[in-house]
Amino acid sequence: MRSWDLVLFSLQSLIRYRFRSAMVLLAIGLGVAAVVVLTALGDGARRYVMDEFSFLGKDILAVLPGRNETTGGLPPVTGVAARDITLDEAYLLKQRLPAVLDVAPMVVGSAEVSYQDRAREVLVLGSTGSLLDIRQLSLAQGRNFTASDIRDSSEECLIGETLRDELFGASAKVIGENLRIADYRCHVIGVLAGRGDAMGTDLSDAVLIPVAAAQRIFNTQGLFRLVVRLAPGLSVERSTALILAAMTQFHQGEEDVTVVSPDAMLSSFDQVLGVMTLGVGLIASVSLLVAGVLVMNIALISVGQRTDEIGLLKALGASTAQVAKIFLLESVISSFIGAALGLLLALIILILATQILPGLTLRPPLWAPLVAVGIAIAAGLVFAWLPVKKATALAPIQALQKG
Amino acid sequence: MIELDKVCKTFYLGDQSVHALDSVSLHINQGEYISVMGPSGSGKSTLLNMLGLLDQIDSGRYCLDTVDTTTLSEPERAATRSEKIGFVFQAYHLIPRLSARENIELPMMLVGVPPKERRHLAEQAMTRLGIADRADHLPRQLSGGQRQRVALARAIVRRPKLLLADEPTGNLDSRSGAEVIDLIEELNSEGITLLVVTHDPQLGSRAHRKITMVDGRIASDSSGE
Repeated sequence: MRSWDLVLFSLQSLIRYRFRSAMVLLAIGLGVAAVVVLTALGDGARRYVMDEFSFLGKDILAVLPGRNETTGGLPPVTGVAARDITLDEAYLLKQRLPAVLDVAPMVVGSAEVSYQDRAREVLVLGSTGSLLDIRQLSLAQGRNFTASDIRDSSEECLIGETLRDELFGASAKVIGENLRIADYRCHVIGVLAGRGDAMGTDLSDAVLIPVAAAQRIFNTQGLFRLVVRLAPGLSVERSTALILAAMTQFHQGEEDVTVVSPDAMLSSFDQVLGVMTLGVGLIASVSLLVAGVLVMNIALISVGQRTDEIGLLKALGASTAQVAKIFLLESVISSFIGAALGLLLALIILILATQILPGLTLRPPLWAPLVAVGIAIAAGLVFAWLPVKKATALAPIQALQKG
Repeated sequence: MIELDKVCKTFYLGDQSVHALDSVSLHINQGEYISVMGPSGSGKSTLLNMLGLLDQIDSGRYCLDTVDTTTLSEPERAATRSEKIGFVFQAYHLIPRLSARENIELPMMLVGVPPKERRHLAEQAMTRLGIADRADHLPRQLSGGQRQRVALARAIVRRPKLLLADEPTGNLDSRSGAEVIDLIEELNSEGITLLVVTHDPQLGSRAHRKITMVDGRIASDSSGE
């Protein structure tokens, strides 16, 4: 039999048994689409979380007040510190430790920001110009803080885009305008671009002021945290030890700060999320298995209905091997088409989902579509093989009379 | 051409065994026209199936064209069916999704005849059997007589030496039945060996050689009388 005839013969039976073919394509297509979409969701979630943390970078550490016994876990949200980390300590860390390239102290609070007769309760973040470098934030307009002194409290502020729109209107000129934050006055020197968000803080609806000013507003000496950028060369472990030692020395021998390396957090998150993606993949594989069983049922019924056709083909001179080839090819072709449709469906779903959830990059890991298509075709083959083998084992006349 | 020597075939229905063929010996020459008659269960269809290599015999020898078919492998038996034997069944056994032409082309497609040649040969057969205008119809769009003619065209399109017909008129009214028989007999007069299994005494009596079977044995054979 010519191979082209073989393909045509299979296609013909797919086209002319429309309902049955549609069921097979539906089963396999949905199975494949489920695997691809679910793994894409799992992987997208993993990537999202990783991106959230990646602003920290590998050379960034966070120093938090309070002793956290477990290293590498989540940092305590509110430090129950015996002692605050002060601005002076931050300054000294940068001055004395060659391992510390830069520091960005952070004081966080919420306050009412007003411009003329408009007021808005927003997140107030006190820090220095270094924060923008360390957190890789960019400016849409204006300039960064320029003061070289960490203790500077010049009357300047940076605002987020949402805050700008709310207070000034989207098109208004804002650079140089005066804002009031509680009883602190400052003028706008720049606008932060985008959300700049990480770990849930949305900087587009926030105002960024010098850390010393924030300390005054919130009447605090302590820092919420200190973000440290390490100098290249030393290992993270070594630098962590050095910083911890210095902080202990500042605090008269009391080791009451926690140094968190994002690397440790990232790797534990990565592990958890990797397992989650795998789990989602397994769930999806179950749906593919269900699709396989569906295909088997349909193959069973269809071969059952077509046992007489098998007998006839044999009577007309087809050998058992030839008949098996015809029926298996038909199954492979339908699995293949079903898998292709499934991939297409998955693609459409992912494109739509990306439009609904713009923050999420929904891309399935490369193995997912390959495995899904592979399993679909293998399932089509195996599950068609069983009934075909049974039917072809009959003498031609027995198969013929079964119809 | 055909040499059967003490051929036996036993079927088992539950714990009962039925001797469908009980040591049947038979010699058939090229070009003969034979009818096989007998009551239901006498083994006449089994005889046809054995001659057509549609089933395997339990014991004995069956030589077709001096080849001992009992020694052939499964693919060789399939090839022998393809080259030497044509079948016409009571139930037509056309593939419902294929048009008349595609059904007729099927045996040629299985052995890899190029499409052009296939089409030409199928046209020839259809013209000869008077169904050329039905080429693109599906079996369900054809009358019984037309279906049997499509089946007949399919049976002869590979120019077999042996045509086996199992109740070829069983599902047809008398007029289309007579037409099909005329066509089959015409083929026989051109040299094909024809064996017809039938219940119908009128059809059976038209054959040149009449065999009657009872209980798996040949009860009478007009050539031996």
